[in-house]
Amino acid sequence: MRVPLSWLKEFVDITLSVEELAERLTRAGLECEGIERIGVEGADLPWDPEKIVIGSILEVRQHPNADRLVLADVDYGAGAPHTVVTGAPNLFPYKDKGRLPQPLKGVFAREGAELYDGHAEGWVKMRLKGRPVRGIMSDAMLCSEKELGLSEDHEGILILPDDAPVGAPLRDYLGDVVLKFDVLPNMARCLSILGVAREIAALTGSPLRMPEMTVVEDGPPVEGRVRVTIEEPDLCPRFTATLIEGVTIGPSPLWMQRRLTMAGMRPINNIVDISNYVMLELGGPNHMFDADQVADQHLIIRLARPGERLVTLDNKEHNLDASLGGGMLPLLVCDPHGPLSLAGVMGGASSEVSATTTRVLLEVAVWDPTIIRRMGTALRARSEASKRFERGVDYELPPLVQRRALSLLQRIAGGSVAQGMVDNYPRPWQPVILDLTPREVRRIVGISLSAAEIADLLRPLGFACDLIDNGAAVRVTAPSVRRDITMLADLCEEVARIYGYDRIPLSLMADALPEPRNNPSLELELRVRDLLAGAGLDEAITYSLTSMAAVAAVNPADADASLYLRLANPLTPEREYLRRSLLPTLLDALAQNLRERERVLLFEIGRVYLKRAPGSDDPRPAEPQRLALALAGRRYERSWHTPDETVMDFFDLKGIVEVLLTRLNIAGVQYVPLTDDPRFHPGRAARLERDGSVLGVIGELHPDVCERLAIAAPRAMAAELDLELIGALVESARYRAISRYPATTQDLSLVAAVEVPAERVAATIRKYAGALLESLTLFDVYEGEQVGAGKRSLTYRLVFRAPDRTLNDAEIAKIRQKIVRGLEYDIGATIRG
Amino acid sequence: MSLIDQLNQLEHEALAALAQITDLTALTEWKNSYLGKQGALSRLSRGLGALPADARPAAGARFNTARATLEQALERAEAQLKRMARQHAFEADQVDVTLPGRAPAVGRLHPTTQMLRQIYAILGEMGFQVWESPEVETDEFNFQLLNMPPDHPARDMWDTFYVETTPGDATLLLRTHTSPGQIYAMRANAPKPVRAILPGKCYRYEQVTARHEMQFYQVEGIAVGEQISFADLKGTLVAFAERLYGKGVKTRFRPSYFPFTEPSVEFDIECFLCGGTGCRVCKHSGWLEILGAGMIHPTVLRNGGYDPEKVSGFAFGMGPERMAMLRYGIDDIRWFFSGDERFLQQF
Repeated sequence: MRVPLSWLKEFVDITLSVEELAERLTRAGLECEGIERIGVEGADLPWDPEKIVIGSILEVRQHPNADRLVLADVDYGAGAPHTVVTGAPNLFPYKDKGRLPQPLKGVFAREGAELYDGHAEGWVKMRLKGRPVRGIMSDAMLCSEKELGLSEDHEGILILPDDAPVGAPLRDYLGDVVLKFDVLPNMARCLSILGVAREIAALTGSPLRMPEMTVVEDGPPVEGRVRVTIEEPDLCPRFTATLIEGVTIGPSPLWMQRRLTMAGMRPINNIVDISNYVMLELGGPNHMFDADQVADQHLIIRLARPGERLVTLDNKEHNLDASLGGGMLPLLVCDPHGPLSLAGVMGGASSEVSATTTRVLLEVAVWDPTIIRRMGTALRARSEASKRFERGVDYELPPLVQRRALSLLQRIAGGSVAQGMVDNYPRPWQPVILDLTPREVRRIVGISLSAAEIADLLRPLGFACDLIDNGAAVRVTAPSVRRDITMLADLCEEVARIYGYDRIPLSLMADALPEPRNNPSLELELRVRDLLAGAGLDEAITYSLTSMAAVAAVNPADADASLYLRLANPLTPEREYLRRSLLPTLLDALAQNLRERERVLLFEIGRVYLKRAPGSDDPRPAEPQRLALALAGRRYERSWHTPDETVMDFFDLKGIVEVLLTRLNIAGVQYVPLTDDPRFHPGRAARLERDGSVLGVIGELHPDVCERLAIAAPRAMAAELDLELIGALVESARYRAISRYPATTQDLSLVAAVEVPAERVAATIRKYAGALLESLTLFDVYEGEQVGAGKRSLTYRLVFRAPDRTLNDAEIAKIRQKIVRGLEYDIGATIRG
Repeated sequence: MSLIDQLNQLEHEALAALAQITDLTALTEWKNSYLGKQGALSRLSRGLGALPADARPAAGARFNTARATLEQALERAEAQLKRMARQHAFEADQVDVTLPGRAPAVGRLHPTTQMLRQIYAILGEMGFQVWESPEVETDEFNFQLLNMPPDHPARDMWDTFYVETTPGDATLLLRTHTSPGQIYAMRANAPKPVRAILPGKCYRYEQVTARHEMQFYQVEGIAVGEQISFADLKGTLVAFAERLYGKGVKTRFRPSYFPFTEPSVEFDIECFLCGGTGCRVCKHSGWLEILGAGMIHPTVLRNGGYDPEKVSGFAFGMGPERMAMLRYGIDDIRWFFSGDERFLQQF
């Protein structure tokens, strides 16, 4: 809501500075989002009061040396008239007519004045300099609206009303300040100048003034000449109509056009402008029909009938069916022949006020917010009117709107007003009456006020307050303009608001603490994040939404749209489906990063979204937490320390996963070769299993995937793990007594067929080594000529230790013997040393 | 020459020889030749027996002092040589300390995660527990139970992504705020008191710009119990802001509107970038909007399973990305979901 200060000041005296006013209102819940200054001090283009003044154009003459220029003699209150060279087309009709009988008023700018360049694109400032134009000195100007910053219009000069005071600074005449408010849905009453003024009056104690409402009812009575039938009283609680005859259509006066423009509306003609002006001023949307286009001057408020159509003001034709009412039939204002307008939302073209209109039928009604909202939504057009109706218009407002509009119509467009008003009011306003106690105010707001103090805070807002029960409570009657007030909490807010939120004391909750609660999934998340960051990975958060193309790039087999939740209204095709895996978005981040750096390690913890089976109790999808890892590039950051140029491979990823699982005390996870997952290299991927359940997958990405994702690295690794399954396996750490006796170390080098998994070799060693084996470390793997084709050598370090004694050589030799025999027997391994 | 004279001479000669020694090998030789079992001092001491009995004690004492003198000199020389050897080693081992060090690879947590943890920590101390709720929600939980029946004009405050469903099924949408979490936390606790925070991703049908993302985090907080008032809300939020932004930070409460709170409030802190004088970041207002809050609407309390006549409560919601943006001066929210390490490695 854009509120010109000059307009506001007609309703209430304001002694505060604009900034103070903005702050006061902001602190009272009407957030001022900005202050726009026009012509005054602080504006982008302040109008110099010395150099930009109102001038009177006395005579217009042809420029002797240029056909398209004229010379205007302008009196600007400084004695002799000043001659201005101008090409303004709107002065041409006055050319060489001698001294004008009725001088034109314009804006006269002298040399040195700062103006916007009328010919430039956008808003470019320039300073007026004297120079000869075709032989005649030009050191002053008559200004266009664009040059003053009033509008984009540079077609001709701005013509001011005849009564504009000659010589007065333009700043005093047209300068203004516009306050821009963010009006929240509960402040619908402030979608008007009157509403904002009422708030200011309540906050500052200044009285509220009502505007001029004088109407001369010089026409015959309206009764019997205009009829209103309401078929849907629940949707139209009140409908008023009046008639004004003999109006003259023309432009509205400059002051009205300026205010409409500043408020953000475009001036059209005097009738439409008055309609808009009154809506902005009082908050009561209204509609002006060309009365002669309304059959029998009979307005019927009803729902649409099958097959009906209407061409609205914007020249669009609509089928008036349930699609236009969001499932309800649209509500119409009709005449006996058919629809005239979409009630409260948009007028119809056929009954629109036109240049030939002489009789205006003025509708001011109150509509049900829901039907208005539905029609507005279906039309995808929220008009200024529907915006107000769907938030609730004061039931008691229509007569006031009628009088103000008629008063302006009569004054500006002439005509005679029919006596009286048709007022169909089937559902009168039921005032809300609430008993508010000091106890309730204390309970909700936390301040101690007496009933009388509460009443004093509420009364300036228009609430009727009576002390009841010997002053133990206040009986509050909400004014009709406060349709937002329905319960005690609403009144508590009003009390707090006017008392001042900043004056309410600070306290810390004194009530009981909630029952203690562990949150294992959060704790797991925190630990996993710390472990992975500690392991050198950066945490990413990517989009939950993805596309089938992105999914297919990682795994064409996953791109089955029927498995995915799809947005009904996606913003872009890239973010259309809810992800079922973190990999498409995380791998995309990996690819992007690899364009910038040689080494990238990322992880993400986030939800995936899995459709429930049909018929499930919960309509929401399952949202399990997943952990994904992605890495590629150099193993070590390039540095002067390490000439190591190696790149990361499967084992870098596996190592990270192993560390993670070890730190979570999860043992016994099997790495089962994964050879047929199209995402991964068939020889460098594994499924993680524990007791038959699959925890996730890890592997080197298939070259096809890297190609499709444009991953610029020789090898790229990825893993995706189910964090919920992992969480269920987390064990607490367990202490094992530390032996005081020395350890004995043995190295064992064996040769086995390459098909024998290392895990099996280790298991075999452990099996035969028994309880004295403290640790087993594989420290060399060799394949090559020395061991022969199809074989490989594995070298382990075994550390033995007993809890209660020093082991002797014979004991160790015996165990070693057992291991060697076991390896030969179980897996056909031979010992090299 | 008397034994004593010989001894004096030996001592003199030994000390002179010692002074010439510059390496440990020569020192060992010196030790053997003077102090060893077959060394000069031992050999000379054999002459003691030939002395008259009355001269023996004095000569014996002189031997002892000579041995002590040489041993001490040896010790000093040894220490000196070690010092010198170490000094040489140091010189050979010297590095340019301005060369870069060997950095262990340590990753970073996402700035949102870091902000969330700080929020958990501060509010945790005040008794708030972390709860979770779904991101894909029903219209009922995202709007209706929060006092926004169908056609409520306040629904315009949240542009919503809807999820395709088969006709007849419940409307599904991506939650536009974490506020539906209030209902879960209340229902899990009612009629007992609850203090909960609910972090998580939210979604808005909004064109993505430097200021607006279609996806963002929010942290919802609620406290419900007997005797919880607006003053408690203020106290809690000010304490929170002081922990996060420093003791004595200037705060402002201004009335606002949310359908699920009444009274509603917007909580601002003085712009710490310009100190309240007005800048681009605070849109020249001198204030930064930090969070929205209010007393939980009686209808919402009832929907959460509480009797609004007996208990009251407050709720608040904040945006960790926005808070991180303000803290670090981040000019574009899109970086948060880029996964770009140039961004992630700054925090």
